[in-house]
Amino acid sequence: MKYTILVYENATDFSSRTDERRKEAYWGAYRAYTQALQTAGVMVGGAGLQPPPVGTTVRQRDGKRQVQDGPYAETKEQLGGFYQIDVPDLDTALDWASRCPAASTGAVEVRPNLVM
Amino acid sequence: MNTGDPHDAHRAAELAARASYGRLVAYLARRSRDVAAAEDALSDAFVAALAAWPRDGVPDKPEAWLLAVARRRLLDAGRHATVAARALPALHAVIDEADGAAARELAFPDERLALLFVCAHPAIDEGMRTPLMLQTVLGLDAARIAAAFVVPAATMGQRLVRVKTKIRDAGIRFEVPDPRELPARLEPVLEAIYAAYGSGWEDVAGAEARRAGLADEAIWLGRLVTRLLPNEPEGQGLLALMLHCEARRPARRDVTGGYVPLSRQAVARWNWPMIEEAERTLLVAAHAGLPGRFQLEAAIQSAHAQRGRTGRTDWDAIALLYEGLVRIAPTVGASVGQAAALAEARGAGAGLAALDAMPPAAIASYQPYWALRAHLLAMIGRADEAARAYTRAIGLSEDEAVRTFLAGKEGAR
Repeated sequence: MKYTILVYENATDFSSRTDERRKEAYWGAYRAYTQALQTAGVMVGGAGLQPPPVGTTVRQRDGKRQVQDGPYAETKEQLGGFYQIDVPDLDTALDWASRCPAASTGAVEVRPNLVM
Repeated sequence: MNTGDPHDAHRAAELAARASYGRLVAYLARRSRDVAAAEDALSDAFVAALAAWPRDGVPDKPEAWLLAVARRRLLDAGRHATVAARALPALHAVIDEADGAAARELAFPDERLALLFVCAHPAIDEGMRTPLMLQTVLGLDAARIAAAFVVPAATMGQRLVRVKTKIRDAGIRFEVPDPRELPARLEPVLEAIYAAYGSGWEDVAGAEARRAGLADEAIWLGRLVTRLLPNEPEGQGLLALMLHCEARRPARRDVTGGYVPLSRQAVARWNWPMIEEAERTLLVAAHAGLPGRFQLEAAIQSAHAQRGRTGRTDWDAIALLYEGLVRIAPTVGASVGQAAALAEARGAGAGLAALDAMPPAAIASYQPYWALRAHLLAMIGRADEAARAYTRAIGLSEDEAVRTFLAGKEGAR
């Protein structure tokens, strides 16, 4: 079954990406995690996302396009990236999700992909 | 084949249902990974049995007969309904395996343990674990479960459908967790069983018809877990705890239906064979040398049961057991129990001091706290405070008999 691991990071996580003292640990952890997924042969795809302020939200209402600066919702944790994995069941997906660095600081959601 | 007496056929279908419902569901669900589909197929099989058995006689192997019909229904459902293409190989696997099992005339494997772990999976909403277990393992209908949890039958039915959809769509694993994970995963299984017992315990002797108790069902599940996991002392601890509580049920009410607190219960009205079984079960658990929450709670009940033999209650021992319980499983109930034991062992002042130390938010709506507080305040003559505490306890009581009991104590001061 294919699952998507949604990586929700807090403000500190996002700032760790560029902070001189913390960025090495941050990127090192994600490199290692991604490598582990690849080595296990479960990784299907994924992407890291630029921080929420770079996001732009669009809604189409009454034939008009409404464009808003920033992410869809202001929450403490924001989507920072995602992984697509292919594993036998939810329990295995949860095992992988709990190893994601953001699981220790922010939150990680696991959702089965729709079969299309 | 037996002779086709319709009454026998109904009885046989009923017995087969009770004894093997959970086994059949577990077997079918594990292979199809779809609890709802397994249950639907099985209920069709039971309907078919009620039609065929009175006519043709009860088959020699009723379970195999039901399994054969159910797996055929499961395949039909897979063909006709909008089942995702990926489910079909799984369905074929069910058919092949069930055919093999039937052909070899072997009993099919008991996979209810895996089903119990699915029902109490951490990905399942906590409030739905017990209802799910009662339905899939015991075959209870939604209306009966709804009555025990005091929600409308339709609401319970919808919630059960939703949670089974999640099991299928999220792809929860149908397996007994490996030994490393087992203790952590067993805890919610035991909690869910205990919650079923609690739903029955509140309703002493059917005081409220709409809260039909599930104590028997919970004990049945407890026995099942101890049989399937004989080396898990917490499972035995839970069973011992439930048996101890159940053994005292007849003594919780006097002849007029009035509430009788534990310390006043007539020990002759306790169910002694059940207490013996509880003691044996707890002894087996103790051999493992791995104490846990349920074993401690059972040990507390065991200490209370000693009064039936010695005529006195060892409150020091009970206070010590509660201390251990509060340390490993801090709950409001355990803290109030500890305070009660301290009051008995060292006087009302010690009990009150323990109650005073509890956080106000935790006890604001907790009836046993206020009942105990009222009792202890009355003992040391703080009448006004006692009256206020009694009023609070009465206002928080769910049980008419308990309200009457507390009002009587308040009036008798």
